[in-house]
Amino acid sequence: MTGHRTLAEKIWQDHVVRPLDDGSDLLYVDLHVLHEVNTPRAFDDLRAAGRTVRRPDLTLAVEDHNTPTGEGGREDLAGRRQRDLIRANCAGSGIRLHRLGDPDQGIVHVVVPELGLARPGMTIVCCDSHTSTLGALGVLAFGIGTGQVEHVLATQTLPIHRPDDLAVEISGVLPDSATAKDLALALIARIGTGGGRGSVIEYRGEAVRALSVEARMTLCNMSVEAGSRAGLVAVDDATVHYLRTRTGARFTDAEPRWREMRSDDGARFDHVVHLDAAQVGPRVSWGTNPAQNLPLDGRAPSRSDCATEQEWATTQRSLAYMGLRPGQPMRDVEVDTVFVGSCTNGRIEDLRETASVLSGRKVADGVRMLIVAGSAAVRRQAVAEGLDRVFSVAGADFRPGAGCSMCCALNEDRLAPGERAASTSNRNFEGRQGKGSRTHLVSPRVAAATAVTGRITTPQDL
Amino acid sequence: MSTRSVRTGTAVPLRRDDVDTDQLSPARFVPYYRPDGFTNILFADWRTDPDFVLNQPQYQGASVLVAGHDFGTGSSRESAVWALQGAGFQVVVASGFGDIFRGNATTRGLWTVEVDHDVVERLWREVEADPWLPLVVDLTARRLGFGAGECPFRIDEPLRRRLLRPGDRIAETLLHLAEVEDYESRRVVP
Ligand code: SF4
Repeated sequence: MTGHRTLAEKIWQDHVVRPLDDGSDLLYVDLHVLHEVNTPRAFDDLRAAGRTVRRPDLTLAVEDHNTPTGEGGREDLAGRRQRDLIRANCAGSGIRLHRLGDPDQGIVHVVVPELGLARPGMTIVCCDSHTSTLGALGVLAFGIGTGQVEHVLATQTLPIHRPDDLAVEISGVLPDSATAKDLALALIARIGTGGGRGSVIEYRGEAVRALSVEARMTLCNMSVEAGSRAGLVAVDDATVHYLRTRTGARFTDAEPRWREMRSDDGARFDHVVHLDAAQVGPRVSWGTNPAQNLPLDGRAPSRSDCATEQEWATTQRSLAYMGLRPGQPMRDVEVDTVFVGSCTNGRIEDLRETASVLSGRKVADGVRMLIVAGSAAVRRQAVAEGLDRVFSVAGADFRPGAGCSMCCALNEDRLAPGERAASTSNRNFEGRQGKGSRTHLVSPRVAAATAVTGRITTPQDL
Repeated sequence: MSTRSVRTGTAVPLRRDDVDTDQLSPARFVPYYRPDGFTNILFADWRTDPDFVLNQPQYQGASVLVAGHDFGTGSSRESAVWALQGAGFQVVVASGFGDIFRGNATTRGLWTVEVDHDVVERLWREVEADPWLPLVVDLTARRLGFGAGECPFRIDEPLRRRLLRPGDRIAETLLHLAEVEDYESRRVVP
């Protein structure tokens, strides 16, 4: 079928092995990525059924979630066990694994594009919702559950229903004070945690074109926080340039195909949302889901901000958990910890932004600042650029390792009950950064400025 | 009483929106995966509050959970489904579900039933008034019955068919192996 197709439609149609009788499609998977946490049962069930991994050559594994990032890597027993399992499972099936200490180790969604393994027009799945990150390169990439991991391991395909197409048209010019993270937060605040449910988002418009490829990854990363399985950005010169630096002499004849990975003019989307980038400034989350965020100039919501009793009840529960008063100015909120890292904001541009704010400044007394590179390669680059010295002079803890760290409380990095963090990660759920933890989602710049004052702060305030 | 197409049970009214997978299965338990399943993990942090609805005696033994908007948002962790099943739940009724959660639930045979929010509100009130009220979920008719009330619910057709006809999905796909191989022989690596 030709005519006016969306980008998602093109990639989908290129990967349909056969339509299934229940209305879904059997979709071919170009690359299947694994990490240590959500995979042990998939391998157990595969073995129990007497099956093997069909395409280990199209499968890649990384250790990131449970993996320590501190000096010498304090061993956590559960983490150790998970690493032993993924090592045994990968060795037994001939799957390439980037383990702790490997020069290409890091957070899956940071490592895969870095290695040139995510290229326009591909389908990539992983046992992790933030696989959507890779959509920045024109890849249809989404998270799957453990049962689906088993299915892909056994067949290299996935039976799946085609999602709707949601166009997010972002016009205007993003002010210097704002970043892709703020754009993502503004969109989620607008459409809610379920606003993209059942859809693939394609980010379009001049504000998206103006973003670097890494910033587009931040935007696509948080698509899942709006309920979408995947985010996409059409291929342009910036994409091709990024891919050239990552793939070297390989795939030199692929460029014309890559450039076709854009929605045709006149393609029809099921839903359209418009956003004006010029209206977006620095943002911060106040509550316990990513849609509960507002401009940093704002105040925590009160009764008059809620349309219904139900909304006010939900708001009050979130405020109570977060230890905030209704109407409290966000700039008054003091933090114990600042975390810069994660698959949302753990790439080199994020560390550069952090360093640019910290340069010549100090982390406030009593505040712990943790900076964790998204991958070993990002860390090497940061050191080559001298960012490590900026961090250490400022008094921040720039971890020697790379991984998910304090994003998910699965390793040694977590908040104590009641502790409050400004965090560049993507989820502020109750207990996300440790039991009883309180998370404020922010951009790297706001994180760095907040570390300097100990209160929610923008660099412009310093 | 339950058959392949009808599930019946009492319910727990969980008056919360945006119940995310970090609540269903807190991260610190995820590494402790064992093949014998997940018990006592569901809402581990909320359950430390004695007033939390799941701790109340009248709701013990319930197999239907009734929650608000956007149930199961967040990570792809399938242990969120195992935790619900480990706590005895067979059906979740909500006014919206996270996509990945809903897919995972279907894989493991947990039913997800989507209704309008005013139906959720009504179910909360009726179950609180009568905790022994049986809910009847009929997947063939796509209808939810509760006492004297009854209403339709939403579920995607592929999910519904899968729940009505559980089986070895991988074996079904492997029947088409020749087509997969044919696809691979034509495939242009992007
Ligand atoms: S950094 Fe956080 S969100 Fe990203 S993959 Fe790791 S745990 Fe998940």
